[in-house]
Amino acid sequence: METTKDNNVRGARLDSHSAVSAKSALSWKLSDGVIELALHREPCNELGSASLDDLEKFATALQLMQKEAHALIIYSELKPGFCAGADLRELYRRSEAMGKAEAVKGVRDFLERMHRVLNLIDAAPLTTIAAVHGVTFGGGFELALACDLIIADKMARFCFPELRLGLIPGFGGIPRLKRDLGNGVVRDLLLTGRSINATKAQQIGLVSQVVAEGEALGAARATAVQLRKFDRATAVAAKKFIKPIPHEEMQREIDIFCELFARPAVQAGLQKFVESTDAQPYLP
Amino acid sequence: MPTAEQTLDEILTLAAAHFKVPREKLAPDDDFFKTLGIDSLQTLDLLTKLENHFHVELPDYELQGVSDFRTLAGKIQARL
Repeated sequence: METTKDNNVRGARLDSHSAVSAKSALSWKLSDGVIELALHREPCNELGSASLDDLEKFATALQLMQKEAHALIIYSELKPGFCAGADLRELYRRSEAMGKAEAVKGVRDFLERMHRVLNLIDAAPLTTIAAVHGVTFGGGFELALACDLIIADKMARFCFPELRLGLIPGFGGIPRLKRDLGNGVVRDLLLTGRSINATKAQQIGLVSQVVAEGEALGAARATAVQLRKFDRATAVAAKKFIKPIPHEEMQREIDIFCELFARPAVQAGLQKFVESTDAQPYLP
Repeated sequence: MPTAEQTLDEILTLAAAHFKVPREKLAPDDDFFKTLGIDSLQTLDLLTKLENHFHVELPDYELQGVSDFRTLAGKIQARL
């Protein structure tokens, strides 16, 4: 089944990996019932239009592969971390080149496409694991939150830094975190913009396992072996019961994001980030 | 509980080991961005290392404007 030979995305066939272009944002393979989705867009898997195109191709392939799989593992091949979030430089460049109304329309389209992909991962009829290390910020945190389990190495950090730009997370992060952990945790992370380490994330119930540096993928693979022991139909029924997608809140999130994005302060915030020479631009 | 000087010394030792810099090249009042040659993502790495080592939680906004080891040690000491 050819699904992704074009556009630099590896994983051209269901069960094999093909040659990869240096420009691809991600690649995947299916082996022994486990799909592994590897992120490798430098510097830290920032999610822009190219990444979204690739994620959509993966989502299409996932719908075919999931019939033969019981687990999906998402991980980063890059040293700095799992994913630093949305590609703010691209967002700034594109919105600078457009009129305000066109920019807001473009952002809404981008968010709706991203929601479709993440909802497919969220509700996929297999058990999904984010194996994270290092920076897991903003949209990267939201990608991890779409998964059923998060396994983190002890150097992982989680953060919603969006408020410093005058925005809220836009990829469904608030409703998903609220669904999983409750409003108090969302308020702490969202309103302070602070980052938390893997140990803290495990204490609040966000992370299921904390492992040594560089061991998250190995632990995720071991977990995937365990998952194979269970009847798939039962596991799927359990997941469907316990993990509903909060569609209404997610739609409202897009609306609020777009309302906020239309304000001049946001473009100024993006410009400040893009042009920053601050040694700590990732800190709130 | 370690003294402030002990905390500072542990930070210097930890930073030297993590970023592979000779310990003797690090001084308490050094600008750690310059001395260690680290960027913002590596700063987060250092923060995580310190939190794990001292078993503290240090909100990263408390590090805004902090660039020397001595001030950093003071922030950690306040949470021990």
